[in-house]
Amino acid sequence: MTDNSAAAPKPKGKKRLELDPKLAAYRGVWVFVEMERGQVHPVSWELLGEGRKLADVLEVELAALILGGDVGECDAAADQAFGYGANLAYTVADPVLADYRNQPYTRALTDLVNRYQPEILLLGATTLGRDLAGSVATTLLTGLTADCTELAIDPDNRGLLATRPTFGGSLLCTIQTLNYRPQMATVRPRVMAVPEAVSGRTGQIIQEKLQMVEEDIIAKVLEYIPDQNQEKAQLAYADIIVAGGRGMGRAENFQLLWGLARVLGAEVGGSRPVTHAGWLPAERQIGQSGKTVRPKLYIAAGISGAIQHRVGMESSDIIIAINNDPNAPIFDFATYGIVGDALQILPALTDAMRSRLSVSRRAG
Amino acid sequence: MHIVVCIKQVPDSAQIRVHPVTNTIMRQGVPAIINPFDLAAIEEALQLKDRYGARVTVLTMGPPQAEAALRKAIAYGADDVVLLTDRAFAGADTLATSFALAQAIRKLGEEEAVDLVMTGKQTIDGDTAQVGPGIAKRLDLQLLTYVSEITDLDLSAGKITVQRRSEGGVQVIKTRLPALITMLESSNTIRFASMPNMFRAERQVVPQWNRDRAGIEDASKIGLKGSPTVVSKIFTPRPSSQRAKMVGADLDATGVANAVLDVLSSDHPRFAREIGLVTP
Amino acid sequence: MTEKFDAIVVGAGPAGNAAAYTLASAGLDVLQLERGETPGTKNVQGAILYSDALERIIPDFRNDAPLERHVIEQRMWVLDEDSFIGTSYRSDAFNSESPNRYTILRAPFDKWFSEKVRAAGALVICETTVTELLQENGRVVGVRTDREDGDIYADVVILADGVNSLLAKKAGFHGELDPKNVALAVKEIHFLSEEIIQSRFNIKGNEGVVIEIAGAVTHGMVGTAFLYTNRESITLGIGCLLSDFKKSGVAPYTLLEELKNHPAIIPLIEGGEMKEYAAHLIPEGGYKAVPRLYGEGWMIAGDSAGLVNAVHREGSNLAMTSGRLAAETVISLKGKGLPCTQANLGIYKAALDGSFVMKDLKKYRQLPEILHGNPHFFSVYPQLLNRAAHTMLTVDGEDKHSKEKTVRNSFVEHRSLFGLVGDAFRMWRATR
Ligand SMILES: Cc1cc2nc3c(=O)[nH]c(=O)nc-3n(C[C@H](O)[C@H](O)[C@H](O)COP(=O)(O)OP(=O)(O)OC[C@H]3O[C@@H](n4cnc5c(N)ncnc54)[C@H](O)[C@@H]3O)c2cc1C
Ligand SMILES: Cc1cc2nc3c(=O)[nH]c(=O)nc-3n(C[C@H](O)[C@H](O)[C@H](O)COP(=O)(O)OP(=O)(O)OC[C@H]3O[C@@H](n4cnc5c(N)ncnc54)[C@H](O)[C@@H]3O)c2cc1C
Ligand SMILES: Nc1ncnc2c1ncn2[C@@H]1O[C@H](COP(=O)(O)O)[C@@H](O)[C@H]1O
Repeated sequence: MTDNSAAAPKPKGKKRLELDPKLAAYRGVWVFVEMERGQVHPVSWELLGEGRKLADVLEVELAALILGGDVGECDAAADQAFGYGANLAYTVADPVLADYRNQPYTRALTDLVNRYQPEILLLGATTLGRDLAGSVATTLLTGLTADCTELAIDPDNRGLLATRPTFGGSLLCTIQTLNYRPQMATVRPRVMAVPEAVSGRTGQIIQEKLQMVEEDIIAKVLEYIPDQNQEKAQLAYADIIVAGGRGMGRAENFQLLWGLARVLGAEVGGSRPVTHAGWLPAERQIGQSGKTVRPKLYIAAGISGAIQHRVGMESSDIIIAINNDPNAPIFDFATYGIVGDALQILPALTDAMRSRLSVSRRAG
Repeated sequence: MHIVVCIKQVPDSAQIRVHPVTNTIMRQGVPAIINPFDLAAIEEALQLKDRYGARVTVLTMGPPQAEAALRKAIAYGADDVVLLTDRAFAGADTLATSFALAQAIRKLGEEEAVDLVMTGKQTIDGDTAQVGPGIAKRLDLQLLTYVSEITDLDLSAGKITVQRRSEGGVQVIKTRLPALITMLESSNTIRFASMPNMFRAERQVVPQWNRDRAGIEDASKIGLKGSPTVVSKIFTPRPSSQRAKMVGADLDATGVANAVLDVLSSDHPRFAREIGLVTP
Repeated sequence: MTEKFDAIVVGAGPAGNAAAYTLASAGLDVLQLERGETPGTKNVQGAILYSDALERIIPDFRNDAPLERHVIEQRMWVLDEDSFIGTSYRSDAFNSESPNRYTILRAPFDKWFSEKVRAAGALVICETTVTELLQENGRVVGVRTDREDGDIYADVVILADGVNSLLAKKAGFHGELDPKNVALAVKEIHFLSEEIIQSRFNIKGNEGVVIEIAGAVTHGMVGTAFLYTNRESITLGIGCLLSDFKKSGVAPYTLLEELKNHPAIIPLIEGGEMKEYAAHLIPEGGYKAVPRLYGEGWMIAGDSAGLVNAVHREGSNLAMTSGRLAAETVISLKGKGLPCTQANLGIYKAALDGSFVMKDLKKYRQLPEILHGNPHFFSVYPQLLNRAAHTMLTVDGEDKHSKEKTVRNSFVEHRSLFGLVGDAFRMWRATR
């Protein structure tokens, strides 16, 4: 990105890429498969879906990069990755990599890149992905575009066109990495769709060794405190979300949202003022500085629809907005709008849902 | 102990609007603020200072106006500040930014060795969260991102223990100093400056470092030249596809609820079937 | 370590800025304290700037002040439900080298002014609220702020903290504001392109138009509305007495909504995007509501002293002038080596009395009572005027003589002839 404190960045215009021949030799699209304690973060599959498209345009292979503490876990992840479209998988399994730590992960990834020279490297914009991507890009001295919402290939020069929101989502900008390789980008979870997994697809696994031993590593993980299931909202991946904003008035009124959510088997989320006020835990914030979601149904009650909230939920399939202000911006992009008091509509909606959802649903 | 805090002055994005006529960003009258996440870094540094004693130096790279952000930092209690400013820095991306900041920190270390560098989790304009990791790599600092709490600091042994946020939980990590920490927003709230510090903030001289003063010899590593990424296009998001279909005007709450379920079932039969929504 | 200054100015509006600028320019050691994040942050609204008062402080202000448009036309409209009758005055003479009135946006303007204050050498500290005046033996010796170790001392304190000065009240310098003496005004800014504004108001370049509006839009409450053209936006607002709002129970914002939806206003703001909404109090008690203006070690200026000419919607010029005069008082005492005692500060009051500030307020001193006693100015008259115009302008076969009679009758029906004459007489006396 370019200077954004003094002035909006001036587009530099499309530059012809006269790639250094050394760099032109870089080939292939890589996706970092993020594994924490044996669990693959779903953003990795979303990225494989997107990476597949880029690889097809470039007519190159799509590779999954898997780092972990255990060979079995790595291989299992590789198999899944093939199902999501990878042609091959580079794995580094070493007990040193069991817990995420910046130093060995950066080392493993940069070694792989230097050795196999991909032209594009994608990571999820998770806490792990961002920590790692920043370090790897600096070590490799290459460009990194954060939080992309759209990836494409420039037909003129095979370059990656990475589009991302800026100024809180009021503008978008497309960023290119000129004479540097690989071109790196991170993408937020839930921005890309998870592709259909094809079972039975296989690929080649290339196992590499970590060029480090535990003694080389300075940071030690003393303890890992997993989030309580209660707290860890599966918000980003919920099919139905009931969200409330400042218009809900008071913390107690969120009972209405939880009530509707129970009937629908939905998750509860909220806007930033709501999490800031402590009406909902911070993990349930949706929007630019919270989570991006794309449920099939999003019910927004007492949310104005500010751009920072909108960018986190506008890809929902169906949006029902309840707001007592007919001019609320949320009505500019919701599917259905209800002008009224959320505190009255929500109980009625809960009752109507309860009586109209079929028995099988209620049992389940 | 010497702590360097990196902060950035950003436009208050809550107050940025797209001009309704020209479709460009309206920055006029949009106040410049210290990046909110960086306030958490300043406060954490000041708390360490209160607890262990420390010299806190606040550093920013930006245009001359960024001096205002540094004066605020003095008001909060920073001992020293440095404004890294030079036309040659203009157009820097995160790689070039972290290079310049790292150089300046190295220079600051010549006066008094730096034990800890602190940054915000990310900025609200660039929003990349890359500058912190970039600085750490260049200075070979132990990198601790998304820190919510510094639980222990053993200066004599040169060790630090923190809690950091990971995707599914909290990691408790112990490592050596010097380290670089990026702070989470909610970890603390910035203190209210005392009156004497407000006076100091107005009166203290803010040193401006240009490229030479920061000891940067290779101009190809800073500013536009040192930036692998370029912004090739800027545009407004596609306008909202269409306005919402308004449902249930003039109906009571129950009527509205049933009306919305009716149109939901008829417009989206598949979804309705999936969730088991039936007509009464 | 205690800080001590020659003078402390509380507030960074036009009054405080004028005072601090004047003091600092004379080489005095001045501290200005402002509660807001920066001077003018909360003041986005559009306003009218009267050149004269500023010219006396910063003669070449036109070089760099953020001015929107200079006013070349003034319209006065009286609105009924769906019509209006109006007059206008427009003159090319207002296109002079140094125009007399400008529209401005307060945020950038205040910021500009504050930069001048700093440049003149004053110490300006924002985000700091003065919580009370420090007094010793009945003398103001400094201020206390909301910050830790927040006491600061000075030879004199100039209060320029705006309408409803809590400090003056706390120190017992004046009492509670009477709701009959304050108006509550709400304003909005609507963005439109320069070309659209120029064509809608029939102006070129930086020419501007002001519309003063009275009538049905205030629901019979004492108050008026206004519309100003800025460079790329229109300021639209309406204000009524607080006491009337309380009585009627109508929300100020409802009035503004109705105004925006009036057929006379719709075509002027159509297509604009509302950007800012602001509400503010205006002291309108006039001459009789002006409190004590000075005492031992203190003076009070601008809105906090109630120095507003409600009839002509002038405030900032009175504020700047009073701020400047307060500062000049201090400068002259300091020059003579005299302390800022109550007796010595009397020259401030004398200077104000000798200026247009007090003279104008005195001229309109009866007006508030007349308006309170004659609510029909704001309800009956607009209706009558508009009906009269409608009747006269409708060509429907009725002869003009009969029409005139109908008009006359409708006036008399609503208001006795004596009443009408009485109103006119009182108005004339009040404004004479
Ligand atoms: C829309 C957008 C998207 C971006 N996406 C990415 C991305 O994905 N990846 C990435 O690597 N980067 C990206 N960036 C760049 C990134 O925001 C910045 O590199 C980063 O925030 C560093 O900020 P900075 O403070 O150095 O930049 P700046 O905001 O540029 O601040 C320092 C600035 O000081 C300014 N300055 C002005 N006048 C002077 C003067 N007289 N003397 C000195 N300095 C002066 C310079 O312009 C200089 O750049 C993006 C930028 C924008 C605008
Ligand atoms: C850097 C930055 C990042 C941000 N990130 C996020 C983010 O991630 N997520 C986020 O949400 N925001 C974010 N924001 C804040 C965002 O700009 C808005 O302030 C916020 O989304 C507004 O939340 P809201 O809609 O709940 O509240 P409001 O804007 O106050 O809206 C409340 C709405 O409720 C309606 N209402 C009131 N009473 C009722 C009632 N009884 N029944 C029905 N409707 C009612 C009102 O008409 C109004 O439309 C961010 C801001 C900044 C500057
Ligand atoms: N120009 C800058 N000057 C000083 N610190 C910066 C600058 N840009 C970014 N930072 C720091 O790096 C952090 C991450 O920024 P970013 O990578 O832009 O999201 C910020 O919170 C700041 O602490």
